[in-house]
Amino acid sequence: MRAIAIAVLWGLTLVPAPAFMAFAAAQAAEPGRTPLPAIAIEKPGQCVEPKDVMRRDHMKLLKHQRDKTLHQGIRTKPHSLNECISCHASQKTGSVTGAGGFCQSCHDYAAVKLDCWDCHQPKPGQKTAAGVKP
Amino acid sequence: MSGDMNRRGFIAAGAALAGLTLAPGIRLIEIASAKPDNEPVTSKVRWGLLIDTTRCQSGCTECVAACGKENGLGEVKKPRTDAQWIRKIDLKELKTGRAVSLPMMCQHCANPPCVDVCPTGASFKRADGIVLVDRHICIGCRYCMMACPYKARSFVHEPHSDQNPEVPRGQGCVEGCTLCVHRVDRGGAPACVEACAAAGHNAMLFGDLNDPESAIAKRIREVKTTQVRADLKLDLGVRYEGI
Ligand code: SF4
Ligand code: SF4
Repeated sequence: MRAIAIAVLWGLTLVPAPAFMAFAAAQAAEPGRTPLPAIAIEKPGQCVEPKDVMRRDHMKLLKHQRDKTLHQGIRTKPHSLNECISCHASQKTGSVTGAGGFCQSCHDYAAVKLDCWDCHQPKPGQKTAAGVKP
Repeated sequence: MSGDMNRRGFIAAGAALAGLTLAPGIRLIEIASAKPDNEPVTSKVRWGLLIDTTRCQSGCTECVAACGKENGLGEVKKPRTDAQWIRKIDLKELKTGRAVSLPMMCQHCANPPCVDVCPTGASFKRADGIVLVDRHICIGCRYCMMACPYKARSFVHEPHSDQNPEVPRGQGCVEGCTLCVHRVDRGGAPACVEACAAAGHNAMLFGDLNDPESAIAKRIREVKTTQVRADLKLDLGVRYEGI
């Protein structure tokens, strides 16, 4: 009698169980379902700080450097926005913005608006007689 | 120039060269101006500019063009609202007919009214006397434009996209002559000064007013120079000769 009750309960739960499992399997097999930022590191090498520090605190480092540069004339290279750009600009577009751009892909993903480029040049480059050449 | 020559050496060599080509005692680039990248500017230095109106040519706009190129001005081509960091002015004394031509830009006041009125702290004076706008803080209220006796500042009305990487600038902020601070910090001279010398006029002299041995300090000790609207007692960094 007790065995029958367990069998009935099992029978009841058995039907939805495979359906759920199939769903989970489909999710695992379909990586495109969850959007992820495309972080293209075109120039592999040592960043100025470890990766986890950069991911969490790059904005603090940049802000600190910007104040030192503008107000005190300290123009050291690590943590300078122009140095970030010169290393991380896409070789295709020459920029850190635009679709897939190093800065923009993450910021789009995190929905954090980037207003650096209202004033700063997102392309590395040397100024030439004809203007900025990427 | 050999490839392994360090920057300081290069600057010193450049200064020596300039010393040969200009009038005695007048050097384009001061050797003492090269500061290590990691050191803050100090008030030991006070950057200044001396403009010799007897050499400045009417009709010549080399300095204005050089400023535009260096700082990425004039991208929008709307003359009524385009930023002007430096402009040429022709003056004539009506009675005698004596005419002079001169470039006018931010005078880098020691007591700058633009800094006094700025409600945000965006307008500020660096320790070495260069007056700048921190665009990260500026809200574009334009109080400083009203306060400046020299009309030295401009509001940026349009979005920009082809900035010089070293001169970030964009819509919604006020800006003015920076004395090419990005060049000065590397031991260079402002673009206008170089352009004026390259055009053979040598009407602009840049240097450290606090260093008694600098060409500019020697010159202002020797000849009579004028601060425009000296009655305002702003202690200007830019002086004029021959007006
Ligand atoms: S000239 Fe005008 S903008 Fe320049 S420091 Fe003086 S008040 Fe400020
Ligand atoms: S426009 Fe900007 S720099 Fe000028 S007074 Fe207003 S906040 Fe200050």
